[in-house]
Amino acid sequence: MQRAPWNRDRAQAIIDEHKHLDGAALPMLHALQHEFGHIAEEALPLIAHTLNLTRAEVHGIVTFYHDFRREPAGRHVLKLCRAEACQSRGGEALAAHAKARLKLDWHDTDAIGSVTLEPVFCLGLCACAPAAMLDGRVIGRLDRARLDNLLDEAGR
Amino acid sequence: MSLRLYVPRDAGALAVGADEVATALSVAAQRRNVAVEIVRNGSHGLFWLEPLVEVVTPGGRIAYGPATVADADSLLEAALNNAGPHALRLGPTAEIPFLKRQTRLTFARCGLTDPLSLADYRAHGGYKGLEKALAKTQAAIIEDVTQSGLRGRGGAGFPTGIKWKTVADAAAPQKYIVCNADEGDSGTFADRMIMEGDPFVLIEGMTIAGIAVGATKGFIYIRSEYPHAVATILAAIGIARREHLLGTGVAGSAYDFDIEIRVGAGAYVCGEETALLDSLEGKRGMVRAKPPLPAHHGLFARPTVVNNVISLASVPTILSHGADAYREFGMGRSRGTMPIQLAGNVKYGGLFETAFGPTLGELVDEIGGGTASGRPVRAVQVGGPLGAYFPRALFDTPFDYEAFAARDGLIGHGGIVVFDDTVDMAKQARFAMEFCAIESCGKCTPCRIGSTRGTEVIDKILRDEARDANLALLTDLCATLKFGSLCALGGFTPYPVMSAVNHFPEDFGPRPSLAAAE
Ligand SMILES: Cc1cc2nc3c(=O)[nH]c(=O)nc-3n(C[C@H](O)[C@H](O)[C@H](O)COP(=O)(O)O)c2cc1C
Ligand code: SF4
Ligand code: FES
Repeated sequence: MQRAPWNRDRAQAIIDEHKHLDGAALPMLHALQHEFGHIAEEALPLIAHTLNLTRAEVHGIVTFYHDFRREPAGRHVLKLCRAEACQSRGGEALAAHAKARLKLDWHDTDAIGSVTLEPVFCLGLCACAPAAMLDGRVIGRLDRARLDNLLDEAGR
Repeated sequence: MSLRLYVPRDAGALAVGADEVATALSVAAQRRNVAVEIVRNGSHGLFWLEPLVEVVTPGGRIAYGPATVADADSLLEAALNNAGPHALRLGPTAEIPFLKRQTRLTFARCGLTDPLSLADYRAHGGYKGLEKALAKTQAAIIEDVTQSGLRGRGGAGFPTGIKWKTVADAAAPQKYIVCNADEGDSGTFADRMIMEGDPFVLIEGMTIAGIAVGATKGFIYIRSEYPHAVATILAAIGIARREHLLGTGVAGSAYDFDIEIRVGAGAYVCGEETALLDSLEGKRGMVRAKPPLPAHHGLFARPTVVNNVISLASVPTILSHGADAYREFGMGRSRGTMPIQLAGNVKYGGLFETAFGPTLGELVDEIGGGTASGRPVRAVQVGGPLGAYFPRALFDTPFDYEAFAARDGLIGHGGIVVFDDTVDMAKQARFAMEFCAIESCGKCTPCRIGSTRGTEVIDKILRDEARDANLALLTDLCATLKFGSLCALGGFTPYPVMSAVNHFPEDFGPRPSLAAAE
């Protein structure tokens, strides 16, 4: 996924687009992350000023939610489901395989910035477990071969 | 008349190649120069058969599945041959036993219709509930919901009609309907299926709720893990607005009602209704102390109905067919139907809507067909990550709120996750503690700190370090969590942990009594 480099004016424009919403913080943060790939430190004072919050409050919101990243992600984000239904179908062994092949732990990005590995707790695909999501694309009935294909794709 | 095929657009079908199959079918049709219409329906919920391709014939729909891209040519040939023979042919969809045995009230249309066709929705009974509601007083609508016996399908099982009445009776310049579509429980996907497969039923249910309690605005809080549901609901809201089914003067009535959606950000605790409200307000998703109840002091401090997707989506059928017709199904104080979700290591995984009452054993062994691995079923977790693990010895428990509570379990949102005999129950107990630690909102010490201590204690037990003392410590810790937590995340984590310890002690090493007896 191609992400735009930080741009203060663009960030402020995104913030302004969402400021009229009830409970604007989450829609704003989602939109910023969609544009830039993560929530840059520089964005916090802009949000704080617009929403009339302290910078510490905005920091508190951003860090509360697992989705919001403080650091850029890789070009691809691979999410593997760690929850019970996927565990029952061997999800843990697949996760171990992915970690070993990528030489990454959860939340890490490889050195060349191609892939970030994230845990996810249920994708609602529990009747097609184990499940994964690569850049928003859903994958069910994951096995070693299908995972290897995903890892090849994510490595590019 | 051109050939008409159905290939689901449900994320569960997409995850196993439905888009690719649909494309391959249309390429195959072009090659043969035949006109084919491919409708992208919701899923019937027979996930072991997805992608499920259906062919429309004068005698009804004929199902084929699970289809792959490689099958596209031969499937099209069979379809053109009057929905004829094929290795994947399953016969008439409606006759597939898993579907035929169900009582589909809330999911009546799911899988049958094009989710974004309002005409299809209306042709299958859609908006009849709203029509009936508009002919009644607000109090009479609430009375219907109360009489139906509907209880919240999100987990807590609180009577929906009573909640609505509380909000209706509260005087305020603004009230809200909040739909809880956070569906974080592992093993559940009913909310997702409805949002992707029959979104108008949720919109209709929320509209009726708004009219009944005097709320003009609704929010649907959808988890970010469900991008397809978000897209489908957004599209459906757009259509409903254009058709004046949302906005000012809903369906030509004097009532105003509109819906906005908000997307969560990966926090399980935001499924708890008060944390959800804080999150909707743009804050950290911290659990609020109750009272005050959301019904009095909810979103932006206004009276608010918070209901699960399935609770709201069950309202149209209650209004259109009558409270008694709904109430007739079920057992004891569990009235109506429940979409039960069979997941994990199960042969026939999917959504099974049925009247309350079948036993856990019937659901797992007969409907679910046992494990997918072919090994014996050893444990099932019912009701998500805060639900208890049940051994075979308790498979006579009927699917009913009270019956599960009586056995130190819960039905929650209706998810059943099946495990075979390779499961290590100590590991499952450890995961429950770990999950609590990861997802804790941090307000209560037992939940925030105790859960991490819990994983450490289980690790010690697994390493055979002072096992008896540590098992006693784990039991103590669970009691502290149970009684010292503000919400069910900390309060119910002891269910999976202690059920694993009590029903599967052999996985926690030899116990003193057993060791002494050897
Ligand atoms: C930790 C936690 C997570 C919850 N997650 C959900 C959820 O994802 N969806 C849901 O509808 N209810 C969830 N609930 C229950 C809600 O707090 C609330 O009871 C429900 O939304 C009320 O709607 P209902 O009466 O229609 O079930 C959760 C509760 C807790 C304690
Ligand atoms: S039990 Fe846990 S999640 Fe619930 S309010 Fe307390 S700290 Fe928050
Ligand atoms: S548990 Fe993995 S998709 Fe639900």
